[in-house]
Amino acid sequence: MNSRTTEILVGFFMLIFFAAMLFLAMRVSNLTSLGSSTGYALVAHFDNVGGLKSGAPVSASGVRVGQVESIVYDPDQFSAEVMMSVGEDFVGAFPEDTTASIYTAGLLGEQYIGLEAGAEDIMLGDGDEVTLTQSALVLERLIGQVLFSRSGAE
Amino acid sequence: MIDRVARFGRFWLDALERFGRAQLFLARSLGAMPSLIPRFPLLIQQLYASGVMTLSIILVSGLFVGMVLALQGYNLLQGFGAEAALGQAVALTLVRELGPVVTGLLFAGRAGSAMTAEIGLMKATEQLSGLEMMAVDPFKRVYAPRLFAGFLALPMLAAMFSAVGVLGGYLVGVEVLGVDAGAYWSNMQSSVAFVEDVCQGLIKALVFGLVVSWIAIFEGADCIPTSEGVSAATTRTVVYSSLSVLGLDFVLTAIMF
Repeated sequence: MNSRTTEILVGFFMLIFFAAMLFLAMRVSNLTSLGSSTGYALVAHFDNVGGLKSGAPVSASGVRVGQVESIVYDPDQFSAEVMMSVGEDFVGAFPEDTTASIYTAGLLGEQYIGLEAGAEDIMLGDGDEVTLTQSALVLERLIGQVLFSRSGAE
Repeated sequence: MIDRVARFGRFWLDALERFGRAQLFLARSLGAMPSLIPRFPLLIQQLYASGVMTLSIILVSGLFVGMVLALQGYNLLQGFGAEAALGQAVALTLVRELGPVVTGLLFAGRAGSAMTAEIGLMKATEQLSGLEMMAVDPFKRVYAPRLFAGFLALPMLAAMFSAVGVLGGYLVGVEVLGVDAGAYWSNMQSSVAFVEDVCQGLIKALVFGLVVSWIAIFEGADCIPTSEGVSAATTRTVVYSSLSVLGLDFVLTAIMF
């Protein structure tokens, strides 16, 4: 085997490897949206985040506008603190009385945050807190409430 | 009776001695690594022998494994009405487990056995003694390039295996079974993390690469220099490296995930 042919084939092998890595990084695991940290941050406190995970989408009217950056327990407010990053295209798109709710996509789908714009004139900026929040729907609690209200009616 | 006990003890002592010899062999090969820098063409040659020559079998089996995963996953997920999670199931299985493990097994069968046979034959035809006679250290000239090439080639092959497998899953899941293409990709992207899943899968493959090529080279260098000896060493390479890949996979999974 000619050493030049060997080198060309090894180079080709490396190229396939880089293509595979690029595919794994961009298409399989969503590395592209991690890089776009140019957006602004919003904070929200939820009583219960349910199965929300960091990296979950943040959407408004069903359109994806950002993603959840981190979820930690805030011992001062006894609730979960969710950091979101919203794309820079949406600076000044959400009024102060925007509501953040945790929804589930489909019956068994992943959970995401839905933002519903309010009517105030003052807009949310970088690092501001979304004060109006609605927790995730926890099935056990829902069943408990139904049972409780039925036994109360009798 | 005493004779039997003695034989039993001899068996374990021999096994232990061989294991120790393998460790020393690895240490000396790793010690010879810096000498690879001026001998770069040797590494290219070995990357060709262990990487490029294994490429076709990896790509074909990756495609079929991905296709089977999609088929089986679809049947299972359909029962819950969760076909949309197919992309996630296929990608996570491939990237975390099947990519590194199946690549390791195929690499042991394709490249590892070839390495053992080559080195064993070099020993049987006294080429290794010839090298030593010319004051060429076989660790620098023969073993270190092969070890390093295997260490590099296996993770690269594993990444290709996973990538092709995901495409195979797409082919069957989306094109044949009719899962929504958007759901396939978006579910995959939201559940597969680059550092936690892809990179840790590649770390597994790095470990497998080192272990498989270590076993292959040691078995070759340690074989009885006859035709039966070489064939027995080749068999041992495939058996030991397959077992180590599967065993190490469990240990690494328990540590990392």
